[in-house]
Amino acid sequence: MTLVDEKAQTASGTLVYPATPAAAAAAPGKPKIQARGVEVFYGEKQALFGVSIDIPQHQVTSFIGPSGCGKSTFLRCINRMNDTIPICRVSGSIEIDNADIYDPRIDVVELRARVGMVFQKPNPFPKSIFENVAYGPKIHGLTRSKSELEELVTSSLKRAGLWNEVKDRLHEPGTGLSGGQQQRLCIARAIATKPEVVLMDEPCSALDPIATAIVEELIDELRSNYTIIIVTHSMQQAARVSQRTAFFHLGKLIEEGRTEDIFSNPREKQTEDYITGKIG
Amino acid sequence: MTDAVTNPAQNTGPAPMQPSALTKRRYAAERRFKAYGVGAVAIGVIALLLLLTSILSRGLPAFTQTFIRADIYLAPQVLDPKGNRDRDDIAKVMTFSYTPLIKDSLASLANELKDGPVPQATPALLAGMVSGAANAQLRDYVLAHPDEIGKTVAFEFLANARIDQYLKGNVTRESAAADSKVDPTQLDIADALVKQGIMSKRFNPAFITNPDASENRPEAAGLGVALLGSAYMMLIVLVLSLPIGVAASIYLEEFAPKNWITDVIEVNISNLAAVPSIVFGILGLAIFINFMHLPNSAPIVGGLVLTLMTLPTIIISTRASLKSVPPSIKEAALGVGASKMQSIFHHVLPLAMPGILTGTIIGLAQALGETAPLLLIGMVAFVRDYPGPLPGGLLDPATGLPVQVYNFTQRADPAFVERASGAIIVLLAFLVVMNAIAIFLRQRLERTW
Repeated sequence: MTLVDEKAQTASGTLVYPATPAAAAAAPGKPKIQARGVEVFYGEKQALFGVSIDIPQHQVTSFIGPSGCGKSTFLRCINRMNDTIPICRVSGSIEIDNADIYDPRIDVVELRARVGMVFQKPNPFPKSIFENVAYGPKIHGLTRSKSELEELVTSSLKRAGLWNEVKDRLHEPGTGLSGGQQQRLCIARAIATKPEVVLMDEPCSALDPIATAIVEELIDELRSNYTIIIVTHSMQQAARVSQRTAFFHLGKLIEEGRTEDIFSNPREKQTEDYITGKIG
Repeated sequence: MTDAVTNPAQNTGPAPMQPSALTKRRYAAERRFKAYGVGAVAIGVIALLLLLTSILSRGLPAFTQTFIRADIYLAPQVLDPKGNRDRDDIAKVMTFSYTPLIKDSLASLANELKDGPVPQATPALLAGMVSGAANAQLRDYVLAHPDEIGKTVAFEFLANARIDQYLKGNVTRESAAADSKVDPTQLDIADALVKQGIMSKRFNPAFITNPDASENRPEAAGLGVALLGSAYMMLIVLVLSLPIGVAASIYLEEFAPKNWITDVIEVNISNLAAVPSIVFGILGLAIFINFMHLPNSAPIVGGLVLTLMTLPTIIISTRASLKSVPPSIKEAALGVGASKMQSIFHHVLPLAMPGILTGTIIGLAQALGETAPLLLIGMVAFVRDYPGPLPGGLLDPATGLPVQVYNFTQRADPAFVERASGAIIVLLAFLVVMNAIAIFLRQRLERTW
């Protein structure tokens, strides 16, 4: 395992990002994430046009909009998952706790530990349930002993509301769980690295209504500890789980505000057309 | 008629659940296709069975050999002139000195026969039935058991190829009459000895362990050097091509930028996989022997050439199995903050492992059966001495199993026919073992997601 040098790398002081939680708490009114003029290009094609948005701490923000509107692209900018696409180019700035995450001094690996992600399709590793949750803490060296790791896995699974269902079979493969359980396992895996922000890319699109309800309830519970951003196709879901909503259309952020306002009293015509089903 | 009244719709037009003409044609096409498939499979199976039966029926006799049992006095004045039973001193006695002892031993047997069932028997005729390799065989025995010197021991002499083939039914009295190497009286003697239980066939492990033998002694020829040479070459191929191939595939698949240089490399890897193997032999001759001055006929040269040949196969199959790992697994690893390296080594590679191993074993199997490039680098030579232990043995002359098969088929003596088929059986067994390992590893490593 190459865990040791990973740790050494982050300890070498090249990192600007780790603003202490105390610093973030000192300015309660300040947004957790501030994006300014974010533009994304896939080769020649521009996918996002000057997106600027503030995302407050400890709230759920949902991104809605028709397919191809850029909401997932923007989400993947926040933990720099777009870096894995060679032709993708990002400009503008995204700050988390006042640290620009596109600063060259930022370690992308460390960033992703603090900005967890849950994907559209449940994608547990083909390993045991325990290993799935323990992997993140292991590679980041978050725990010093086996018992500490076990404790962290247990608490992560409990927070993801999965503990009671899997406590007797932690060493069975994570892929053997049902779709909804797998998605909650992925949420447990994401929060095990103790992130501050959790990004969810259509987390319920592959789940049935009952599993969806459970995951939505979970998102609401997690809000008190994490800043959550959720991309969703379902406007009902956005209305149910989020405090704030942002509407994207054709790569532009059209409107952003409190969820009640967006759904009951949109300022923009395009937003109104979308939520009433005229476009999309 | 009451039916028609209650349900008139059923009588108009064809019944809805009955197959229409179109459906029937579709089913017929399906049946025809199945028949073609069964036919194709049957042809394949029949061809395989024919091949196996012909090879087995010809090759299996090579694993048994005819021996003549006789008591022999291991005269100390000949075998250990210094009388100290020192192995080094005994080793100074050449095989040539053993021949008279064998003649003496057989002479008494010949005299018994002359007075009994075969009056024409002479010591010379009986001595002619024993293999030319018998003195070497006896010398090996004495060197292994120096304490037996001075005693009379019962020894099993290797019978020569004609007598052996006579017992196996390949030499008949008609063919013997036209053959200068065997006398009809010898066949009478053979019949008498078999009846007395002095001469018999038994399993002959020496076929697997012995080195090759000369044209005149097919009965002593074995596959030892070829097996060792093939094993050495496979070791080199495995040790070199697996890490190089996997590293190259991971780089090309995961790290390399997509530009025209990598495109050219990719196309050429596919081309290399299709290059005839003899071309690799010429390359090996030019580079490894003429330029780098590595020795002729050495397993290291064979191993290097076969590595070059196997690399494209391993790279192509490794890249295919890396590609088949769902990208969501890599994304998940990156999402929790794994570095690219970690996401590949912790998640992608373990999932691709069964495919990589299958490709590697297929590549190795291909390399094991490869003959043409080995001919060009001198491994077709007649090699009597085993290559030394590793790693020095890699530079010693050796042959390989497929080359040994080729070698046997080139010999004039018909007794080599069964040797060649026997060698093919050993080669096939080697392949079956390798494939079994591949299947075993794949099933152990295979995971579902």
